[in-house]
Amino acid sequence: MSPLALPHRARTFLRAPARWSVVAAIPIVALLPLVLTDYQVTLADNIGIAALVTLGLVLLTGVGGMTSFGQAAFVGIGAYSAAVMATFQPADLPFGLSFFAGSPIAGLVLGLVITLSVAGILGAITLRLSGHYLPLGTIAWGLSLYYLFGTIEAFGGHTGISGIPALSLFGITLDRGEELFRLIWGVVIVAVIVTLNLLDSRPGRAIRALRGGQIMAESMGVDTFRAKMTAFLTAAVFASIAGWLYAHTQRFVAPAPFSLQAGIDYMFMALIGGVGQVWGAVVGAATVVMLKEWLQDLLPHLLGRVGNFEQIVFGLLIVVVMREMSSGLTGRLVEAVRARLPRVSIAPAGADLAAVEPLPRCPMPPRGTTILEARGVTRRFGGLVANDDLSFSVAAGEILAVIGPNGAGKSTLFNQLSCVDAPTSGEIVFRDRRIDGLPSREVAKDGLARTFQHVKLLPTMSALENVALGAHLRGSDGIAAAMLRLDRAEEASLLAEAERQLTRVGLGEYAAAEAGSLALGQQRILEIARALASDPCLLLLDEPAAGLRFREKEALAELLGRLRAEGMAIVLVEHDMDFVMELADRVLVVDFGRQIAEGLPAEIQSNPAVLEAYLGGVE
Amino acid sequence: MTALAPTTPPLLSVRDLSVSYGPIEAVSGISLDVPEGHIATVIGPNGAGKTTLLSALMGILPSRGAITVDGVETSSPTIARMIAAGIALVPEQRALFATMTVEDNLVLGGFRRHRDPHYDADETLRDVYGRFPRLWERHRQLAGTLSGGERQMLALGRALMGKPRLLMLDEPSLGLAPLVVRDVFQIIAELKRTGVSILLVEQNARAALKVADHAYVLELGRVAMEGPAAELADDPRIVAAYLGKTSRHQEMLTA
Amino acid sequence: MNMQIVMLLGQDGVTNGAVYALLALSIMLVFSVTRILLIPQGEFVAFAALTMAAMQSGRAVQLGWLVFALAVVATLMDAAKVWRSKGREPWPHGTLGLLAVAALALVLTKVLPLDRIGMFAQALLTIALVVPLGPLLYRVFFQAIAAAHSLVLLIVSIAVHVALVGTGLLMFGPEGGKTEPFSDAFFEIGPAMIASQTLWVIAATLALMGGLWVFFGKTLYGRALQATAVNRLGAELVGISPDLAGRASFTLAAAIGVLSGILIAPITTIYYDSGFIISLKGFVGAIIGGLTSFPVAALGALFIGQAEAFSTFWASSYKEVIVFTLLLPVLVWRSLAHTRVEDEE
Repeated sequence: MSPLALPHRARTFLRAPARWSVVAAIPIVALLPLVLTDYQVTLADNIGIAALVTLGLVLLTGVGGMTSFGQAAFVGIGAYSAAVMATFQPADLPFGLSFFAGSPIAGLVLGLVITLSVAGILGAITLRLSGHYLPLGTIAWGLSLYYLFGTIEAFGGHTGISGIPALSLFGITLDRGEELFRLIWGVVIVAVIVTLNLLDSRPGRAIRALRGGQIMAESMGVDTFRAKMTAFLTAAVFASIAGWLYAHTQRFVAPAPFSLQAGIDYMFMALIGGVGQVWGAVVGAATVVMLKEWLQDLLPHLLGRVGNFEQIVFGLLIVVVMREMSSGLTGRLVEAVRARLPRVSIAPAGADLAAVEPLPRCPMPPRGTTILEARGVTRRFGGLVANDDLSFSVAAGEILAVIGPNGAGKSTLFNQLSCVDAPTSGEIVFRDRRIDGLPSREVAKDGLARTFQHVKLLPTMSALENVALGAHLRGSDGIAAAMLRLDRAEEASLLAEAERQLTRVGLGEYAAAEAGSLALGQQRILEIARALASDPCLLLLDEPAAGLRFREKEALAELLGRLRAEGMAIVLVEHDMDFVMELADRVLVVDFGRQIAEGLPAEIQSNPAVLEAYLGGVE
Repeated sequence: MTALAPTTPPLLSVRDLSVSYGPIEAVSGISLDVPEGHIATVIGPNGAGKTTLLSALMGILPSRGAITVDGVETSSPTIARMIAAGIALVPEQRALFATMTVEDNLVLGGFRRHRDPHYDADETLRDVYGRFPRLWERHRQLAGTLSGGERQMLALGRALMGKPRLLMLDEPSLGLAPLVVRDVFQIIAELKRTGVSILLVEQNARAALKVADHAYVLELGRVAMEGPAAELADDPRIVAAYLGKTSRHQEMLTA
Repeated sequence: MNMQIVMLLGQDGVTNGAVYALLALSIMLVFSVTRILLIPQGEFVAFAALTMAAMQSGRAVQLGWLVFALAVVATLMDAAKVWRSKGREPWPHGTLGLLAVAALALVLTKVLPLDRIGMFAQALLTIALVVPLGPLLYRVFFQAIAAAHSLVLLIVSIAVHVALVGTGLLMFGPEGGKTEPFSDAFFEIGPAMIASQTLWVIAATLALMGGLWVFFGKTLYGRALQATAVNRLGAELVGISPDLAGRASFTLAAAIGVLSGILIAPITTIYYDSGFIISLKGFVGAIIGGLTSFPVAALGALFIGQAEAFSTFWASSYKEVIVFTLLLPVLVWRSLAHTRVEDEE
């Protein structure tokens, strides 16, 4: 680690237990085969392979909130590629592959290439769709591939391919149980490290942000489709590698272990282990594999018949798990341990900030220049006109408050200004560029940042990481850099920036606290810090003072005043009129989607049209 | 002004009701009464907790404190329980069955009484059509195609189909044109005459105070003021509650 | 390929397609009312078909035990709920009736000479056995988590399916079952022989669809279910409880499943785990309909039936691959039609 990243090391203590557990795992993996029986080693090999697949699901489902029941099909692709490359005669292989016949590395690469293509296509068509299409798509796909493995004659139909030679890598032959054990668990550990690295990085935060709502993530500049694809492909790659290991461990492949049922079993492993925990993958895989062995011995005795009766137990177990514990076994343990640990808070990081390369900032537009202009913005929903011909502008270094009764169309307006929604007619110009109809992450690039009426934070992530998500567009290191830990200098800068913004809004001492543990008022302020981390020149604040106590409101007003003095433009929707009238430079009043008044706060308070909008007609 | 006879037992009585969203209390220790045959109104600026209050009273949100209906006390009731007690809510978003006809919407309004042998669905339907001739004109139309005012009428009509004893209305004037607002308040006044008790939540304070017997002003989740509606109507503090107190125009308004 | 084969395959496609259309309808009904993707839909089909087959071949019918056990669990859950509320909650009606039906059906399957009571009585008894399974599954597995995230509902749905398939193996064994056709007659229309079973399937499907149309369009309960699908809060405010709507939709799903099972049992050999593949084709139909449009889903299901029949002829071993791969172009189309980023509920 470079000296630049040093101060950061102190700050990633949240991840530290996970990292230490990796270090502890290495000697265990090295020594365990010495004490286990052959049968136990074989069982442990199976657990390791299953854990690798499940780890992908933890990333996909637990972190990214997507569901796949088709992981077994990717394992199958990896296993069949390995089997084909290892056993086929060069003449039987397609041109171009024949040269590599017999090479296990070629089998691995072939499996990965096919897996990535298949997952890429499947992801491209299902990941944009909401909710249920991905799981249903993976079910159909998992079934198709399973039938395909069973029908292709060259693959030996349902009898499969046997006679796969022992794995030989770089001249070393791995044919004993303990050697394979070390290989498999070595791969698992590497995969855990890579996953932890990914989660603790800029692209990892983007994946974790998926569960906080995609509108929020896109508004922070995250390309949510890309983030989903990253998680999906990573999970598929883990499964494919597991398949390659499987083929070389069993020395035999047949369609059965790659059926949809197996895909469902992997999902069960992830659920039982607790989908939110990286090590949960190992716990879940171990629980299911061992329980299955035991039940397969026990149940036929009990029932006097042979069959997959353990599935009844697993099905019911999952029902109970889903009902009783939302975060699984390890999740519960982690909770229990965490409850006993004292809450650590991070020391003020004044000294650290100097050591880290600060992020470059965009120059603010000169005070007084118009930076946002709405021209005749109209938004219809069916017959309802939510915004009717709204025109106004905001200049740098100015605070514009938008007020109006409930249902006046303020939130609709905000969504259009931040490009979450597009107007039916009219134009929105931001920094001399027409933005209506653009995706929201595009305008985030230009320096527009917002907060949400209903707070959209990632409750289990630290306050610091939540704010760092706001700086997403100020970094550029990708997935590979993140997995290999080559992103540390940039990551340190991003986190330092996040910490600077947290301190600026007065939440510095909460940097390590989980965002969900903060009071609602603090969460709103945290959203402002997140918006500021994107280095904006226009801030859209949706009810920033709601739920704040009097002192907190004063502090917020003071902060917004300072930002205005720095030249930032601020548009806010707020119901607390004392707050609005003291702070705003101008007030825009909307009623029935139309602007009924615009002017200085004092003018607005005595405007008869405004009085009527708020208090009703006098008749 | 209708003086409250001390002998009238309240149909709905709420004591010390609080509702929290996580660590934040949106409604804190509210107490209010709706006597039989009366209109009580809850007014207050946006974000004061009015909708939260109604949701808690209907059992949609969990709450702390005592809710007494007709002398029977409960705490944090379920929706089914409040419906069984004869309470109906017309929510702010109306919650109509948009892809079904006006008549189907109304018929379903009587669903809660469909096992009641004394309930005559056809007669009640005729009654509602008599009250809202506009709904009869449109009875085959899909609810989603109605105008804002008609939707409000349908929502009211659907609630009345269940023959409630207490009607809770959440911002019935929301999003309606001024002329339609007048119609809606006329309907509310007529409902009172036919003996339905009403708890009216409104941001249109002036219209609400005109039609109500008793009023509660909500600010930041608490009852800031209460009193006979006619007395509150002229209170300058109401204007301040809605548009802020800090302006120097405050003195001008009070003067 | 001559005209005769085309007619024969077309016939197969229509019968299977009709059953898939029924299942698609049922899946969409349950989904729109409860947000649950009813993966165990296929188990109703398989259990019905295998129960009929067991009766006809004189083997013991074990399904009654499962239904009775679930009814006992459901009753205990109700009792626990009433007890915990300290008597404030009324005893929910419905479960006790199901317990009675389950007990009666169980006794009947044990005392009647099942292979000699005739096909009609066998079908009635099968219906009495399988239909209570619907509301019981809802009560036992879904009622308590009805408000959970839809992903949780999907996972529980799959878990229930997995447990049911295992139970199916226990009850019916690994052997397949096929029943007698309702009648053996063939009709000659032009160059084609129309099996009377085909006509039975088409007639029963049309009758069931007509029945559902009347139920949803004309009856109060049908409209109540529709209302729940359209606006959950509105339905709850007029007194349609989510529990009631959930149980009713699961009852309908089980009823549609059992009829599909009885219809398809004389045509195809059904195994304890065949239900999933059959219902998945219903799912493909439902996805074609975007999980919202009944007519499009029904047409989609008919198309799946045809695709399956003709791929059996040309590439029989790739039949399932072709059918499920057909889902991909549908998803592509849905994906292209879908442009804006949305938040999940």
